[in-house]
Amino acid sequence: MAVFNRVESERNVAEAIYDKTIMAGDGWMHELLPGQVLRIVDLEGNQAADTLFYDADNPDDRYSAAKTIAGQRNIYLTAGSVLLAESGAELLRIVADTCGRHDTIGGACSAQSNTVRYAHEKLHMHNCRDTFMLQLAGYEGGRFMKRDLAPNINFFMNVPVTPEGGLEFADGVSAPGCYVELQSIRRTLALISNCPQLNNPCNAYNPTPVRVLIWDC
Amino acid sequence: MNRIWDKTIEAGGKWSGTVGRGKLLTFTALRAGANVSLLLYNAADFTERYNMPDTLKAQHTAHLTKGNVLMSDNGRVLAAITEDSLGWHDPLGGYTTREETDAKYGESTYQRERNGWLRSGRENLTVELTRSGLGVRDLVPVVNLFSKIVVDEAGGMHFMSGHCPEGASVTLRIEMDALVVLSNTPHPLDPSTAYPSGPVRIEAFNAPPIGEDDLCVHYRPENRRAYENTWDYYALMR
Ligand SMILES: [Zn+2]
Repeated sequence: MAVFNRVESERNVAEAIYDKTIMAGDGWMHELLPGQVLRIVDLEGNQAADTLFYDADNPDDRYSAAKTIAGQRNIYLTAGSVLLAESGAELLRIVADTCGRHDTIGGACSAQSNTVRYAHEKLHMHNCRDTFMLQLAGYEGGRFMKRDLAPNINFFMNVPVTPEGGLEFADGVSAPGCYVELQSIRRTLALISNCPQLNNPCNAYNPTPVRVLIWDC
Repeated sequence: MNRIWDKTIEAGGKWSGTVGRGKLLTFTALRAGANVSLLLYNAADFTERYNMPDTLKAQHTAHLTKGNVLMSDNGRVLAAITEDSLGWHDPLGGYTTREETDAKYGESTYQRERNGWLRSGRENLTVELTRSGLGVRDLVPVVNLFSKIVVDEAGGMHFMSGHCPEGASVTLRIEMDALVVLSNTPHPLDPSTAYPSGPVRIEAFNAPPIGEDDLCVHYRPENRRAYENTWDYYALMR
């Protein structure tokens, strides 16, 4: 049976040093210091928070989906998962999770992949990779570019792989208020695109805000 | 079909080169238990590269075989799998690092083992990328030819030992002028304690023109649209 590993946090929202709401279709890029804890809250449920992390001291090195899932021998992320970079370096650890499972395979929507997955007429629609590129372009004087994008995490998304090697897009497993908390192991950069996808039934065709909070430790 | 080129990549070896669209590359395992990690970049624009999620979600699959295509992050087809004796190649498991290779098979050095020292996927891919002006910044999840990973309902990843017999082969039809980067190094989840790598032969042929009923083009409507994007791209170039 499908396993969902739910672990609540004891952190108090009033003690957070940072609190921001990212509207659907918006992006966010922010540095986390070692030990700091980032909480991402799915405010209205079944939203996808497309997320990447970079080693801030070595920004050529970033979150790797394959390194992470092969390292833990499991394709899903949940409390206890350690996010690894391409080099194998440990970036962050998931320390709380009330959703219970997050996707590592589905990646981010883009204008071009929308034309492939849905129809050529979808090229104009807003998408996560545009959001990622706009955030990267504005960070540290343009040091980052599209080559710094790689398969990302989709927090709150469920993309099961079957034993026969099929890929499904299951109904959302998240609910209003579900959150995931990550503790930074080294100095990392977090990059979030709050997905504006209007072609996917997972969020009932209604993208909604997510909230990010940060605690010092 | 007339072979126009061939090369054998020895155990632990690596190779990269530019391959024009319309070429077929047939990979043959000269020993059981082969694994070749593959990356593809648009030769005219290295920022466009093989994208694992776009490839998998467009084709609703977590494994690759005949009929599947390898898509770029710009919604185009870099290569198609036109023949496959195995039925399953792994897009999930990634490549090995030096640390993993040393931990699993014991430390090996050139000083001691000479060219028998044990190579890692990351080092091989890094060298070939750097040779083309790219680097570790450009590493992304690879396709592991000849390997099979089964995912159970809880998400657990299981390496299928014995999947690849000697003589197994897979053919890629290159659909965009591409930088092809290869590392003939063990799959990270292969439990074998002896370094499981043998020679792999690559042969190149000129592909026949894509027919009206081409399997890869018509595998899914998504494949057709990705091909249309690719043909559109070349319509403006030549
Ligand atoms: Zn999206």
